[in-house]
Amino acid sequence: MNEVPLTHILFVSTALFFIGMYGLFTRRNIITMLMSIELMLNSVNINFVAFNKYLFPDKLDGLFFSLFIITIAAAEAAVAIAIIINLYRSHQSIDVDDATEMKF
Amino acid sequence: MNTSTIIFYAIAALILGAAILAVTSLKIFRSAIWLLFSLVGIAALYFWMQVEFIAAIQIVIYVGGIVVLIIFSIFLTQQSGKEMAKPATGKMIFSALAALFGIAFTYNLINHYGFNNISAAPFNPSVDEIGMQMLSTTSHGFILPFEVVSMLLLAAMVGCIVIAMKPTEANIVHLNKKKD
Repeated sequence: MNEVPLTHILFVSTALFFIGMYGLFTRRNIITMLMSIELMLNSVNINFVAFNKYLFPDKLDGLFFSLFIITIAAAEAAVAIAIIINLYRSHQSIDVDDATEMKF
Repeated sequence: MNTSTIIFYAIAALILGAAILAVTSLKIFRSAIWLLFSLVGIAALYFWMQVEFIAAIQIVIYVGGIVVLIIFSIFLTQQSGKEMAKPATGKMIFSALAALFGIAFTYNLINHYGFNNISAAPFNPSVDEIGMQMLSTTSHGFILPFEVVSMLLLAAMVGCIVIAMKPTEANIVHLNKKKD
């Protein structure tokens, strides 16, 4: 169990975060951008749980942080999908380049 | 190199490989399925870290909820078999460079920090323990954020219904007047 050092778990979550960032930069479709955001939120959760387990095993605060992040991510995904469906209804497209009415 | 270590690296490879395919696949439905695999891999990582409750929550909410919601919205908004446009090469190169620089920078920071204060105290993330602390009103309890997050969920639910509601007759007349 303890043969894997904490740093290796942190490397995995770092790589996952930057993969999500790459997706957010390259994608132009709102649904795929939302998927990238989910990946980034998950990498943060891995960090919280790993720090809790390795550095402060007598407390449970990291677990609570990841529980609340998961809850907020679910609320965020639900609202985002409502907005996406409404956008599709008015623009017939979910591409961010097609929704530029509010661009200054 | 024992079994547990090998399992960790296999899970890590699954998570990262599926995540890379999820952000690069040009078919949106495949992208969603790769995201599903990546999230299952993260749940496996939680099982490996012996936090079974978080792993179960991860499967129930992410795999069972959010990915299904995403797949539904793909079906509602576009043809799932159609290929998306390829991103511009320049943008791809610079995004990849930014991501690689970020990974290298953070790798360097983590490697130099070292984390010497690894604690050997027993870790007990049982459901009893989590439930007691979640609803306790003492100084280390989480009852206030628990209540606040329940309000947030209610607000999100009402907000979703209002946003996705079909415009009523009165609203349409109002909008048409604005257009004229």
